[in-house]
Amino acid sequence: MAAIVCAAILLLIMTVMLIEAWPALSSRHLTAFIFDKIWYPLEGQFGMLSMLVASLMVMVIAVLLATPIGIICAIFIVYIAPARIQKIYRFAIALLAGMPSVVLGLWGLTVLVPLVNHWSPPGMSVMLAGIVLSVMILPTVTLTSVAAFKSLSGALQQAASALGIRQHVQILKVFMPAASGAIMSGVLLAMARALGETMVVLMVAGNVVQFPTGLFEPVRTLTANIALEMAYATDLHRATLFVSGLLLTSLVLAMMSLASKIKSHNNG
Amino acid sequence: MTKGYTIGQLTEAKACCEPIAHLSVRDLSVKYQQKTVLENVDLDIYKGCITALIGPSGCGKTSFLSALNRLIDMTNGASVSGQVWFDDKDMLDRQTDLLNLRRRIGMIFQKPNPFPLSIYRNLALPLHEIGVKDKQLIHQKIETVLKDVGLWEEVHHQLDMTATKLSGGQQQRLCIARALVLEPEILLMDEPCSALDPISSAIVEDLIVSLCGRYTVVIVTHNLAQAKRVANYAAFFWMQERVGKLIEFGHSQRLFEQPRNPLTAAFVNGRKG
Amino acid sequence: MAERLFQLSIWLVALLVLLILLWLVQGLLDQGLAKLSFEFLFSHPQNAGRDGGILSILVATLLILAVTLVVALPLGLASAVWLAEFTTTNNVWARKVRLALDVMAGVPSIVFGLFGYAFFSIFMGMGFSILSGGLTLACMILPVFIRTCEIGLRDANDSWRQGAAALGMPKIKAVWYILLPAALPAISAGLILGIGRSTAETAALIFTSGYVDRMPESLMDSGRALSVHIYDLSMNVTGGDAAAQASALILLMVIILLNMLAFAVTDLWLGRSVIND
Repeated sequence: MAAIVCAAILLLIMTVMLIEAWPALSSRHLTAFIFDKIWYPLEGQFGMLSMLVASLMVMVIAVLLATPIGIICAIFIVYIAPARIQKIYRFAIALLAGMPSVVLGLWGLTVLVPLVNHWSPPGMSVMLAGIVLSVMILPTVTLTSVAAFKSLSGALQQAASALGIRQHVQILKVFMPAASGAIMSGVLLAMARALGETMVVLMVAGNVVQFPTGLFEPVRTLTANIALEMAYATDLHRATLFVSGLLLTSLVLAMMSLASKIKSHNNG
Repeated sequence: MTKGYTIGQLTEAKACCEPIAHLSVRDLSVKYQQKTVLENVDLDIYKGCITALIGPSGCGKTSFLSALNRLIDMTNGASVSGQVWFDDKDMLDRQTDLLNLRRRIGMIFQKPNPFPLSIYRNLALPLHEIGVKDKQLIHQKIETVLKDVGLWEEVHHQLDMTATKLSGGQQQRLCIARALVLEPEILLMDEPCSALDPISSAIVEDLIVSLCGRYTVVIVTHNLAQAKRVANYAAFFWMQERVGKLIEFGHSQRLFEQPRNPLTAAFVNGRKG
Repeated sequence: MAERLFQLSIWLVALLVLLILLWLVQGLLDQGLAKLSFEFLFSHPQNAGRDGGILSILVATLLILAVTLVVALPLGLASAVWLAEFTTTNNVWARKVRLALDVMAGVPSIVFGLFGYAFFSIFMGMGFSILSGGLTLACMILPVFIRTCEIGLRDANDSWRQGAAALGMPKIKAVWYILLPAALPAISAGLILGIGRSTAETAALIFTSGYVDRMPESLMDSGRALSVHIYDLSMNVTGGDAAAQASALILLMVIILLNMLAFAVTDLWLGRSVIND
């Protein structure tokens, strides 16, 4: 009954997306839309590649930064921090996790952009978007890694301690390999979040549609593009925006399903 | 070393066990939070001998065992008093080097707990930790120890396989091998066969018997028949006034056939516990 | 010693993350603190929001939230009940529904914005309105809310189910009178999570509830949510930074409060489960 309605909503979403995207999907230029570099909708040019690459680059930077730091924070929470500090720290991470993306974007815009602008104008860039995004996805990595470590059997630590293995070796060479599947799955989820994020990149990446040639160049991601152009897009332009939405969704879903496959393989 | 007691492979003389104290436990008591589970235990563990700790559950046998290698420190709220003399030093002293202690006194747990790593890595990791770097030497030690536990034939061609894929009995033998690879002087075993099927249990039992004279073994077991088959000495624990106490200790044959304490007699004859 | 070095580096990194969080908050206090005042909360924005307060924004945000909850709560609860009580874990339909929910949980928020715009605003004719925004957000938070409620219901003690059946209670009554109250902490936790997500959401609202910063007079009016207001002030309004930061501080305080509430509720939940054993 009610549950069917909820599942039906998904079908509704997919249907609406496909209907709106249809003019672009059915046109002969579909591959061109995805693989062309030039996005100039006013002149009928709809190449999304620059923005796709920008989205991916920002995601990669964010994940490369957030993963090691996030895992280290998880190790801190589970193995190193004394009880009282553990509580405070978990709260801090939970707070960061609940931080609205627009607030993070605001911070990036008002604090970081002027700072980076000093050294490398214009400040708004792939790199900066990646950095702010990494702060946003850090809690995801940390919290899933904490869950991963906690799900390890206590018998492992007992066995390792009974052998006189030092704690840091236990963590690095026993616990981390043992939890690696669940940690990896958490990292993939964080990647999916980074790819689908709109506000942070909208406010901090610069929004210039160009193929990113350097880390400090301003760029526009697929998500930011939708946000910026949706309001006035018509006909084919609009349809291509929906296509970019579908593209994003499929990439995100691919990552999430990979994450859940790794998790269940690990548990088996 | 001349009397035949040796660590590791037996050299010339036969295996033997000497009533020389390897570990001396004096006045040991264990408390969890405020509840005392074990009180005033005085016990000598003899060199090269297999000593069985018998008695019903809840008498503090496992707590006793974990106090010997200080693994009980990992339990929240546990406190231990008394002395455990090893090499003229009290192991319960705060200054004790725990890493060193645990490399000399190894432990096997009731449920096999190999690391979810390859068989090779399970054995190589402890070796790395004690500073053995030479690859040849590591490989040699691993081969020795796997042959010792009877696993070499079964797994030598798949040392890269994840240890958790082995059967229960194989896993437990691997855990014993892992403990042996550090060449400890004493092995503590907490009901090593109770989680295994009868066939694996028999194999592990034979393995334990083969350790006599080569290692000092302390084994907690619920299985009286096993204790009779395996042990040289036996220590009987029982609850008195809701606290675990050591009731009787002696040569296992004597303890089972002519127990001195009526409680012991009742227990070994199946009338109590 | 290697062990010391290891511990030191871990502490340093943990500290670094904490410092970043503090830096973040400090960045908001910088210009925002000065603007915070009673008037700020209770007057309307003027001069494109540079001056004045955020009253109309707060009202719009609350209205959007209300729509979201009124729709999501009953729908979500009913679905969770169906999944937990009326199907076994292997039921074909249940698995399809769960899969659909998992997929929905992953869809990026901007895509929800596209959907909400095309379906609610245009196809259903709601235009830029609070109703449209609220409905879109309801779709967004349903999957996680349903999951949390389902877990809470499954956690509820089986002996209660059996007791109710033995008394000849029809299942619906057992659910309503016994199981739902027992799962209340989990449901509240899910609700708080959903509220948190809704208040933080921006991208889905830009095209559904719109930009208008006047006081909304009905659900069909366009209204500006707090998060959208922050976005607009910082990106489109020169000199709007101070007001943006002040608004962000308000939003942050709401999130902190929700977090603390969630911690308290989950403690209650875990505490109850232990007692019940």
